[in-house]
Amino acid sequence: MSAGPDNARVVTLTVNGERVSRRVAARAHLVDFLRDTLDLTGTHVGCEHGVCGACTVRVDGMAVRGCLMLAVQADGAVVETVEGLTDRGAIADLQEAFLARNALQCGFCTPGMLITIAELLEREAAPSRAAIREAISGNYCRCTGYQAIVDAVERTLAARAGRAT
Amino acid sequence: MSEPALSFLDRPNSYIGRSVPRPNARRLVQGRGAYVDDLRLPRMAHVAFLRSPRAHARIVRIDTAAAKAAPGVVAVVTGEDLAGICKPWVAVLSHFKGLRSPPQHPLAIGWLRWAGEPFCAVVAASRAEAEDAVALIDAELEPLPVAVDMEAALAPGATVIHPELGDNLAFERTLDVGDVDAAFRTAAAVVEQTFHVGRHTGVTLEPRALVAEWNPGEEKLTIHHSFQAPHMMQDIVCKHLGLPEASVRVVCGDVGGSFGIKVHIYPDEMATVALAKLLARPVKFVADRLESFVSDIHARDHRVKGRMAVDAAGAILGIEIDDLTGIGPYSVYPRTSAVEANQVVNLVGGPYRHANYRARARVVFQNKTPMCQYRAVGHPIAVMVTEGLVDLAAAAIGMDPAELRRRNVIADDAHPSTAASGIRFEKLSHQRSLEKLLAMMDYDALRREQAALRARGIHRGIGLAAFIEITNPSAAFYGVGGARISSQDGCTLRLNPQGGVVAAIGVTEQGQGTEAVIAQVVATAVGVPLSDVRVVTGDTDATPYGGGTWACRAAGIGGEAAWQSGKALRRNILEAAAVMLQTNAASLDVRDGSIVDADSGAERMKLSEFGRVAYFRPDTLPAGLAPELVVTRHYVPKDYPFAFTNGVQASYVEVDTDTGFVTLIKHWCVEDCGTVINPQLVDEQIRGGIVQGIGAALFEECRYDGQGQMLNGNMADYLVPMAAEMPDIDVAHVVTPTASSEIGAKGAGEAGTAGAPAAVINAINDALRPLGARVDSQPAGPQAILRALGKV
Amino acid sequence: MKAPDFAYARPTVLSEVFDLLDGDGDVRLLAGGQSLVPSLNMRLSAPSLLVDINRLPGLSGIEARDGVVRIGALTRHGEIARSALIAERLPLLAMAAPHIAHAAIRNRGTFGGSIALADPAAEWPACCLALGATMVVASRAGERRVAAGDFFTGLFATALRRGEVLVAIEIASPPAGSVAHFSELARRRGDYAIVGLAAQVARAEDGAMDPRLAFFGVGDRPVLAEATRRVIAGGGGIADAQATLGRDLAPTGDAECAGATKLHLARVLLGRAMAALRTRGDA
Repeated sequence: MSAGPDNARVVTLTVNGERVSRRVAARAHLVDFLRDTLDLTGTHVGCEHGVCGACTVRVDGMAVRGCLMLAVQADGAVVETVEGLTDRGAIADLQEAFLARNALQCGFCTPGMLITIAELLEREAAPSRAAIREAISGNYCRCTGYQAIVDAVERTLAARAGRAT
Repeated sequence: MSEPALSFLDRPNSYIGRSVPRPNARRLVQGRGAYVDDLRLPRMAHVAFLRSPRAHARIVRIDTAAAKAAPGVVAVVTGEDLAGICKPWVAVLSHFKGLRSPPQHPLAIGWLRWAGEPFCAVVAASRAEAEDAVALIDAELEPLPVAVDMEAALAPGATVIHPELGDNLAFERTLDVGDVDAAFRTAAAVVEQTFHVGRHTGVTLEPRALVAEWNPGEEKLTIHHSFQAPHMMQDIVCKHLGLPEASVRVVCGDVGGSFGIKVHIYPDEMATVALAKLLARPVKFVADRLESFVSDIHARDHRVKGRMAVDAAGAILGIEIDDLTGIGPYSVYPRTSAVEANQVVNLVGGPYRHANYRARARVVFQNKTPMCQYRAVGHPIAVMVTEGLVDLAAAAIGMDPAELRRRNVIADDAHPSTAASGIRFEKLSHQRSLEKLLAMMDYDALRREQAALRARGIHRGIGLAAFIEITNPSAAFYGVGGARISSQDGCTLRLNPQGGVVAAIGVTEQGQGTEAVIAQVVATAVGVPLSDVRVVTGDTDATPYGGGTWACRAAGIGGEAAWQSGKALRRNILEAAAVMLQTNAASLDVRDGSIVDADSGAERMKLSEFGRVAYFRPDTLPAGLAPELVVTRHYVPKDYPFAFTNGVQASYVEVDTDTGFVTLIKHWCVEDCGTVINPQLVDEQIRGGIVQGIGAALFEECRYDGQGQMLNGNMADYLVPMAAEMPDIDVAHVVTPTASSEIGAKGAGEAGTAGAPAAVINAINDALRPLGARVDSQPAGPQAILRALGKV
Repeated sequence: MKAPDFAYARPTVLSEVFDLLDGDGDVRLLAGGQSLVPSLNMRLSAPSLLVDINRLPGLSGIEARDGVVRIGALTRHGEIARSALIAERLPLLAMAAPHIAHAAIRNRGTFGGSIALADPAAEWPACCLALGATMVVASRAGERRVAAGDFFTGLFATALRRGEVLVAIEIASPPAGSVAHFSELARRRGDYAIVGLAAQVARAEDGAMDPRLAFFGVGDRPVLAEATRRVIAGGGGIADAQATLGRDLAPTGDAECAGATKLHLARVLLGRAMAALRTRGDA
């Protein structure tokens, strides 16, 4: 649907399975919309220039930087956040592995990290440690030094492989 | 009454030493954390700041009319407008004799002294509208000459940043112990080097943030703060806003990383508090990333000239250092910005026997972002200087660097001991730690591999770095100097009717696992399942008075308070239960949520039954028996000013001598933090700390131009360590509990950061040594290495 | 920091885009947004109108026709990375794709957006140069084609004129026996390179090489090293080629690296590329 120039407009999209319709300023990026308008505060704002990865969410099944997409661009999209993935149990094993391995400390990077890893888990069955490190190389974590996160991903992969055989 | 066996190690159902998951982490993996920016309050407004575009300028005129008329704007204020609400502060301490710093206001008045200093604030309905209005403030500034480089700032004719102080020297400390000149005269070898440690900053992923709310109806100021020390903030807000203690509550919920960044008083945060008071509505400030880079405290920025004298057998005879550090235009409140240099003086040479030591440290004002304490304050600098000199000395006399360390570390059986700088060690384990490290990394095999690869033109290096770390600080750190920073901490425990225990404690959680560790100690001490313990932290209305979490004090000090409190609660339970069960308390114990016969372990009464009677049927208890089921105990270390820990790290790297790129192959750490309450949490503190140290060694630097403008103040250009370049890190422990407390735990949060930079730089230099090159500046990027190699 | 206020339009036909581009004020096209949106969020750009072209039909996808691979301007980096057609016909692009930022950026950022932005440190412009790509540019007046060598005109500057939209990039399949080489030096995975090299190298039976060497991160735009190409084509060795590179490149320094360092690193990349190509058996 074509839309003429305006500084704010109504968007309709599906967020975590729920259809929502809200008026939003053109300048608002997707994370501010999710957090401030929909109160989905699980997605975090870390830099707003697309580098830290804290705002990573899923749009139409793909992990994207929430701060690098305008909310108006998500009109008609299917958006999923850590709350949605949690509620439908899609990453329950990964979350348990994070807890068991202490793959988070302050937790601020964790939602974006989980979204990024969820995509990796869907795309690759047996990535190496180096491939796991590369997959999360756009998600900044100041606390862990990353090793525990890599371990947690490996454990999740091993458990999934075990279940599959 | 007599105590049952009380060592927690032989307590039944002990949680000490077990890697239990953190009970408060589950909500974080579900996206249900409660960070400051997640908070929405009725009528909440947002503040944005106009920050100085120049490193040094005089404010000629500020016109806020257009900003005030902009959409959504609630208020536009200048420094003068807030001066009446919040008094300025001066960051000096009496035990740093001679330290000077001028008064600092929430918003600068008259002069601007660093690029990024806030001087106007706009409060608006949204952050975006506040920023729109900030852009409409018309400020006329008269540029002034700058003092940026710290050496130049001390030179004659330099621009004096605070004319009333006469020059730019904020603080100087000198020390001269033994006969340094004689030591150097008689040495078999003298090595010297100038080390530079670049300025870097904390880059917490959650920026600094607070929501301040003034309720005139109850005269109560509530501050939701991403912060490490709520009681300290409460005290300071009371003092500078003229409020009684009962009127100020500081709440620290989930904190998205701190590392020392969130323990200081920041002008923009004080301005936010003052604005909430002025406007009588909630005001939120969340630093954006760009302003974080120029307003969060920076750290390091040291140039150290070092010399070391050794005899032919490799014994260290003497050390001399001259440290120069730039701290920006103000000493930071309330800890001051003299601490890092002071630590460098204290810690250089720390792991080693040496009797002759001369040191000078000078702390200089400059027109850059203020510098203050960040993770491992002073340690990485002292370790870099010491370990760099040790490697140079080993090379000078042709000795293996591991062997030279082996010959010089303070012997494990030589404690207690006092270092040349005057710091006192209760008991350290340098020898055992070094041997454990060398075995863990298979040092000899690694040396053989290095030599074999060298023959094929592959340049690998092995770097070692022994270190000591200050933890569990007593009042000697700040209190004696007049800072109202608590070194004691308290823990209040309450047994609830169903047998659960609520623990309220003054130490705080920023992801280290404080709450898990406290829960483990409490569960063990009282005798309840871990899942029955609820820990409350970070609320000045709800917890005992305490210092919060910094300088690695949460487990050692908070843990001991929790232990003592838990023992007292169990004693109270058993005394009452003994009456109810018509036996004596010494024959009973509390285990896994039940009162049991101490010898047989047979259950006598569930705690839930005990709680039911105590709370709902006290009428059935004998007259005079009133069980006290809320107890509080406090702890402060007194016999030593600090509980020093020790450890040693090793780094294995490969240097691409054509590109100057360094590949981190592996990293090892053995450290001794005394009793390990939760091994996994300790190991992850070490790993995270090491990666921050690697960041300092290779990547992170706040770069400035000659006009005091930070050139890389964004996350694309300021290089933090990311996953792909980091090595796997092996961690092991030697356990030497401190006798200062019963639990014997010392801190572990800064050890990684203390030693990693030196290990990595030494490894690079080990790789470069046959090529006649070395690097002594951090971060050591490709260009620095290529220049050292003479290739560019 | 929050973006300044601006208007937003999302046309669904190209003619509407041209109308909007004709309007007053600072009108900017929004494609993947992975560079534009950060600049908005830092208030480094303050457009009056963003024209979101993401939903224009026909601007996305990869197809082969008439010996040419046509890549729609809105094709995402990730699509190129995963495309079997690209891997087979234009392996240089497949090699370069993983170096572009990180997965979440590649899922959103577009091929055409990167080329139209013309960041001198970006991978795609250099690849286009090495491959001799042709930019397909549309305007109300119709389509025109611009050779990659004429397209990049300066720092973030291109041959695109006001009112024009980059709609596709056409790349002829390299001749049989030609091999691709891609390498870059970045401090961290996904960072913009300090220096990078995208090369498409024709090789004769006798092993003689004729390389199109596009360096990036070395100045205000990607640079095709023509003098070096001639030296190599003429049978020059690695040292000769490295020495000659100084005639092709005059890198400007940045905060991380001086120009001389960049030239040194470019020479290292060149030497390693030549060594690798000589030992590669897939010609």
